[in-house]
This record gives sequence, structure tokens and C-alpha cells, in this order.
Amino acid sequence: MLSVALRHRFPGFQLDATFTVPHGVTVLFGRSGSGKSTIVKAVAGLLKPDEGRITLDTDVLLDTGRGIALAPHRRRLGTVFQEGRLFPHLTVRQNLAYGRWFAPRGSRAEREDHVVEMLGIGHLLDRRPGLLSGGEKQRVAIGRALLCAPRLILADEPLAALDEARKAEILPYFERLRDEVSVPILYVSHSASEVARLATTVVALENGGVVRQGPPEAVLGDPSVTPLGSREAGALIAATVVRHHDDGLTELSAGGTPLFLPHLAQLPGQPVRVRIAAHDVILSRQRPEGLSALNILAGTVAEIREGGGPGAMVAIDTPAGRVLARITQRSVGALGLAPGAAVHAVIKTVSVSPADIGR
Amino acid sequence: MALSLRVASVATLASLPAGILVAYALARWQFPGKQVVNGLVHLPLILPPVVTGYLLLLSMGRKGWIGYYLDEWFGIVFAFRWTGAVLAAAIMAFPLMVRAIRLSIEAVDPRLEEAGATLGASPAWVFLTVTLPLTLPGIIAGAILAFAKAMGEFGATITFVSNIPGQTQTLPSAVYAFLQVPGGETSAARLVVVAIAVAMSALMLSEFVARRVAARVGGG
Repeated sequence: MLSVALRHRFPGFQLDATFTVPHGVTVLFGRSGSGKSTIVKAVAGLLKPDEGRITLDTDVLLDTGRGIALAPHRRRLGTVFQEGRLFPHLTVRQNLAYGRWFAPRGSRAEREDHVVEMLGIGHLLDRRPGLLSGGEKQRVAIGRALLCAPRLILADEPLAALDEARKAEILPYFERLRDEVSVPILYVSHSASEVARLATTVVALENGGVVRQGPPEAVLGDPSVTPLGSREAGALIAATVVRHHDDGLTELSAGGTPLFLPHLAQLPGQPVRVRIAAHDVILSRQRPEGLSALNILAGTVAEIREGGGPGAMVAIDTPAGRVLARITQRSVGALGLAPGAAVHAVIKTVSVSPADIGR
Repeated sequence: MALSLRVASVATLASLPAGILVAYALARWQFPGKQVVNGLVHLPLILPPVVTGYLLLLSMGRKGWIGYYLDEWFGIVFAFRWTGAVLAAAIMAFPLMVRAIRLSIEAVDPRLEEAGATLGASPAWVFLTVTLPLTLPGIIAGAILAFAKAMGEFGATITFVSNIPGQTQTLPSAVYAFLQVPGGETSAARLVVVAIAVAMSALMLSEFVARRVAARVGGG
């Protein structure tokens, strides 16, 4: 397990963050300028913080108090950068082999053919990076990091430089990585849908500090944690695919409650995680009748947080899980909402984008 | 003529490692006295070559403050030997070589070097596997430039090691010597043709190599 405690002062900005990275994918989640990149650089050894202690299992990578700062090449962390950073003078095959060359003998690395197959880059091996598309470059960069026998993979916004189509192309590879490779991953992102799809743990960052760490359902369902601002908030619901209907809808079961979504690729019985954007949720005190929306979840108000503007964030506990709704403070008053009040959360089927459905 | 080629080749090859080191230091390191080193490297470019040759004679000559001890302790003598012509040519060509290599080192993206480090390569390996290959076009250009300068070096050479046929008489000094005697024009003209041929082939070779390397590194 990676433990990080850092303090670093920039002109006009103070970073003070403490968190741990257990197995699986830990997403360091926050808007740009929240200190994510500084943390990744410090963990990789590319930046020396004013104060800090970073340990990986029993190894001390950094301890400013004891004057320890391991050089980047001795940390054995595979890094996937936002811009890929493939070596232009080497072929894809040589790029992939680069890290293995420096890995200590006998270290456990993934087999190259397995990685090449998993990332679907077999046909690119003899090409040079200059001729690859953005998505292909990033897949090679993932493979290169994986093959240096890393003890942890650092992914610094690996999708941020790609367009939506390329993102959709790369995300499944990270999901396979999470499910098939035992190396823990610290994944930096400012995208809520990447959290929904990949995270096993979320570390939410705001203004250089960790505001909450925990399972994604708990962190994203906390109305006080809005690293991207309340506009981007949305809770996660864990569900299982029940069946695909003939009219193109997929029926899920979340805690025994049926949910209808646009057609999903997952097979019946498979678990999925659905991110429901807070601004797509409508609240009603009575069970609404004659409404086109297919998903109506009965629940009780758990918490209300009023923002600085006219908006309010309402957390509702339903049998399907925690749902966040962003409504106006005027509506809160008109409906007489308060913790413990019974409400119905209305979610339009088509408002859930496939990009927000993971696992 | 053969002497000239030998002097220029040895001068280029012998100063190449030092040229790469100095260029790397100037491009990437911050150290006190960096401007002084930069100035010293470029001095031969600005000084009249005769002055450089005279300074070499003062310092590296048999009675010079470095040359004396080199002779005493190691038996190494530069003055009035072909090795002296090498030294003069190397020093005169050094600034050109360093400039070309430094520019291409500065063009290497430091983020690629960071990537190498995160993959487990020590700084020395990063230099050998990332920086050096990406700098290769500049190194080749610098070496060719230095070779051309060394071939043509006249002022510092003739001041430092004189113009001894068969020992220190390089091509430019031979052309000069022929032009000083009546009826020497024909011999001089022959040498001029040779000089043009050598220069042209060096230029074409460098173009060819540079293009090959650029195609490899750039990858299109």
C-alpha cells in the first residue's frame, strides 16, 4: 500500500494532502489547480516537496525529515503521462521493452505478449510513435509502464488530451488493467465519469487538501464533497443487469429496485455502476403520476446543503442507494424538504450517458 | 594533403566527447561561472586566429607554462609537431561544434528524459538511451562543421606550429606557401581542386547522414 503525506508551498497555493492508495484503482479526483499534478510528480520523484513522507509497503520513497529522497529511477513506479511521452527514436516494441531492461532481475513483470494482447497493440509493434494516433500512443504508454515491473502505476490524467471517441477507446483498457493486473493504480482525473467507471477508491481534492477518501459511492454521494463544483456532482448507484428488453432498454436491479437505462453492453447478471448527475434528478413529495420518466425512486432526505447561489444539494437515501439532486433553494422551501422527509427522486432514462456507466 | 585530412579527423574525433560534455553542461546545468565557461569556449571564434595561435605557443610551447610540464612529466610536445596542428585546429573548431550540439540538446524535450527516469533508467542511462540518440543529428552537424573548420584552419596553426612540409604543413598553409613563390600557381591550383573535392564530399556525406538520422528519429 502507498501512503502519501505531503506539504508544499507554491506562490499563492498551499498543498497539504495525506492519503493512502490501497489495491485497485485509486482516483485522485479534483479540478485543475487542486494540486493533483504536484502530488503525482512528488510520488514519481520528479518534484521534491517542502515536507513529506511517502512509503510503499515497507519502502520509504521520501522522508524529508530523515533526508531520504529516492531518485525516480529507484522508485519502480510505472508512470503513464498525459501526453504519452513515447520515445520518438524507438519503435513501439523498443518503447515497450525499455523499462524491462532496467527492472531488477527476478522482479515480477507482466508477460509482454499478454500486455500486447490486452492492449491490442500487436499490429503496431514495428512502427515508430510519430505515426500513431493519440489513442494508440496512450495504449503503448500504458503497456510501457506496465512492463517495467512496477510496484504501482501512476496515471496522470492519461485521457485528458484525447477527444471523447478516443477516451471511450482507452477506458476499457484501464478497466481490464484494474481487473486483470494486480498492480495498484493511482489515477489522476478531473472527470466524474472516469471515477464512475474505474475507481475502487476515491481521494477527493479541493484547494490542495484532501476533503474525503473512501469508496466512490460514499464520496460521490456526499453532498459536501463537490471537487468539480456542484454543477458536476452526481452520485453512484451499484446495480446488476437483469435483462435486455426488446424496445432497447436494459433493466437493472439496484438493491431490489428496478432501474431502466438505455441499452448496455453488459450481460445479465453482470454488476454495473451508474453515475446519476445531480442536475438530472427531479424531486417530488407525492409519487408522480402520468410522467414520462421511467425511474422513480422513493426515499428519504438525508442531508441538504445550500450553496452560495440559488442552488441546493439534496442527498436522498433510497433502497437503490444514495442519490444526489441539485435543485433550487426555492424548491426546497416550497416542498418543505428537511432531513427525514419522504420524497421521490425522478430520473429520466435517457439522461444517463453510456460514459457514466462502469465496471 | 593526407596530413590535413589526418589533422582534421583527429581534431574532430578527439574533441567530440569534450564537445558533447561541454554542450550538455551549458544546455542543462546551472553552475557558478557558467558564463565564464561559455565565454572561454567561444573565445577562439572571436579572437583573431593569430592571437589564439600565439596564446597556444605561450602556453603549450616547449617553454610554455603548460607545455613545459607536459614535456617534463609526460614527454608530450605539441609545438611544431602535427599533434600541435591538431590541437590548434581542435581549439579553433570547438566553439562551432559546441554551438551545434548545444542547440540540439536544448531541443530535446526534458519530459522524455523524465519518462526514462520513471521507467528505471539512471541519469547516465537516460543520457545514453534518450538524450544522445535524439541529439545525434546535431552531433553529426557539429562534427562536420568542426571538420570543415579544422580543414581550413590557417592562422592559429601557422602561428603555433609553423609551416614545416611533411610535418605541420596543412593544406591551407601549403596553398599559401605555393602562392609565395614564383610559378607556384599550378601546384596551388591542384591543391585548390583537392580542397573543393574534399569539402564537397564532406558536405554531401553530412547531408546524407543527417537525413537518414532525422528520418529515424522523427519517425514521420
